[in-house]
Amino acid sequence: MMLQLDQIETYLDQFHILQGVSLSVQAGSITVLFGRNGAGKTTTLRSIMGLAPIRHGQIRYRGEEIGHLSTYSIARKGIGYVPENQGIFHDFTVEETFRLAMQKNDDEQKEKLAWMLDLFPDLRHYWKKKSGHLSGGQKQMLAIARAYVNSNGLLLIDEPSKGLAPIMVEKLMFHIESMKQKTTVLLVEQNFMMASMIGEQYYLMDEGKIVRGGAMQELKDDADTRQKYLGIA
Amino acid sequence: MDVAINLLVNGLATGILIFLLASGLTLIFGLMSVLNFAHGGLFAWGAFAGVWLFGLTDSFLLAIVGAVVIGMLLGFVLERVLIRPVYGDHIQQLLVTLGGMLVISELLKVFWSPNPIRAVLPDYLQGSIEFGDIILITYRLFVIAVGVVVYLGLHLLLTRTRLGLIVRAGVIDKEMVQALGINIKQVFTFVFLLGAGMAALGGSLLAPYSGVIFAEMGMQYAILAFIVVIVGGMGSVQGSMVAAILVGVLGSFMAYFVPELSLAVNMLLMLAVLLIKPSGLFGAKG
Repeated sequence: MMLQLDQIETYLDQFHILQGVSLSVQAGSITVLFGRNGAGKTTTLRSIMGLAPIRHGQIRYRGEEIGHLSTYSIARKGIGYVPENQGIFHDFTVEETFRLAMQKNDDEQKEKLAWMLDLFPDLRHYWKKKSGHLSGGQKQMLAIARAYVNSNGLLLIDEPSKGLAPIMVEKLMFHIESMKQKTTVLLVEQNFMMASMIGEQYYLMDEGKIVRGGAMQELKDDADTRQKYLGIA
Repeated sequence: MDVAINLLVNGLATGILIFLLASGLTLIFGLMSVLNFAHGGLFAWGAFAGVWLFGLTDSFLLAIVGAVVIGMLLGFVLERVLIRPVYGDHIQQLLVTLGGMLVISELLKVFWSPNPIRAVLPDYLQGSIEFGDIILITYRLFVIAVGVVVYLGLHLLLTRTRLGLIVRAGVIDKEMVQALGINIKQVFTFVFLLGAGMAALGGSLLAPYSGVIFAEMGMQYAILAFIVVIVGGMGSVQGSMVAAILVGVLGSFMAYFVPELSLAVNMLLMLAVLLIKPSGLFGAKG
C-alpha cells in the first residue's frame, strides 16, 4: 500500500475537522476524494503533508509512519503536494520554479523534468516567463509538474479543475491520467464527471468523516449516494 | 551646485548605512514574520566592536570583519534563545525583542563604557577629493562604495542562487516552501545571521562616520530602519535600498534647507507611501 490513513483526527484551532478518517491509496492508482465544500477534503491532504498536524491516528507512507513528521521531512520522503491555490510564486520564472523545487538536481530529477516538459510543452515554451503571467491552466500544470519532479511516488492534488475553463479541465484530467504510469495520485475534486473518468478508487467525505469508499464504478452506478452526498444525479 | 552634490553624497552615505540595517530587518520580517526590535542593538554592537577592534589591531579591515563576526554570533544567540521560542506570537516577539534590545544595549556599557566613545578614521580614508568647486569627503564615498557592493552581492545571492530563491519564496509562502522539502528553520537561521552581519557592518561603518558612538544609538537608527522597511515594502531588499536612499537624501536636503522639518520628513514620507501604496514601494507579491 502506498498510503494509509488510520483513524486520523485533526483540529483547526478549537474545531474538530477530521473525525477519524481512514483511507488507503494503492500504488500506481488514481484515488479520488469527493465531498461537498467543508467536508474535510483539503484538511485531509494538509494533514498528510503535516501542514494541519494530526492529533490522533496514524499516517503510513510506504509502510513508514509519517504522521508526526514535519512538513519538509514528509516532502523529502517523496510526497508531492499541489495545494488548492496552486502555491505558485508569481515573481518566479518557470525555470526558477523548478530550480527551487529540485532538491537534488540529479539525473533522476532531470529525467522527471524532461518528461514533465514533454507532457506540458507550454512550460518549456514559457521557460523564462514569470509564472504570474501564465494562464490559469498553465499555472496548474506548473504546480503539478513542480510537485512531480520533487516526489518519488505519491502526488496529492487539491481541486486542479477549480477556476478553469471546461476544455482546460478535460485536458488537465487527461494529463493527470497519463501521469499514472509514473506515479500514484490522491486527487481531491468536485468535478465528479471528469474525476470519475480517470479515478479507479474513490472515497466520499462528509462532515469530517469518510462515508463511502470503493471502486469508482460503484459510485458511478449509485445515483442515490451521489445525490445524497454530492448533490448530483 | 556644489552644495547640492555634497548634500546628495552625504544623503547617499547616510542612506547606505540605514540600508545595511534595514535590509536584514526586512528579510527577517518578510521571511519569519518577526518584528525584531533588537536589530538596532546589533548595529550598535557592530559600532562598538569595530572601534574596539580597530584600536586593538590598527587594521580597519580587520575591525570591520571582526565586528561582522561578533554581530553574527550575537545574532545567532538572539535567534536561538530569544526569538525561536516565540515564532508566530507577535505580542511576545514585541516584548522579547524590545527587552533584548535593552539588554544588549546595557551590555555595551558593561563591556565598554557608559559614556560616548570617540571613533576615528584610518589615515587612508581621511580627507577629501576635490572636483573643481566640489569637495567630497573620502569616507562618505567609501561608505557608498561598500553599500553598493553589499547590495549587488545581496541582489546576486537572492536572484542567482537557489538559496536566494528559497529565501524569496519563503517571504511569499512559507508553507509551500516546506511542502517542497525545504527546512525553513535552517533558512530562518541563515537569514537572521545574514541580517545580523549586515547590521553590524552598518554599525562598524557608521562609527567613524559620526565620530562618536553611544549605547543607545541602536534604537535611534532602528527607528529609521523601520521607516525604510515600511516605505520599501516588507520583505523587499530592493525596496529597502530605494527607501533608504530616499530617507537619507531627503533628510540631508531638508536638514540644510528646512531644518525644522528634517525630523518630520521621514514620517511624512512613510505616511504618503502608506496612503498611496500600503504594501510599500516594492511590497512582496503573493
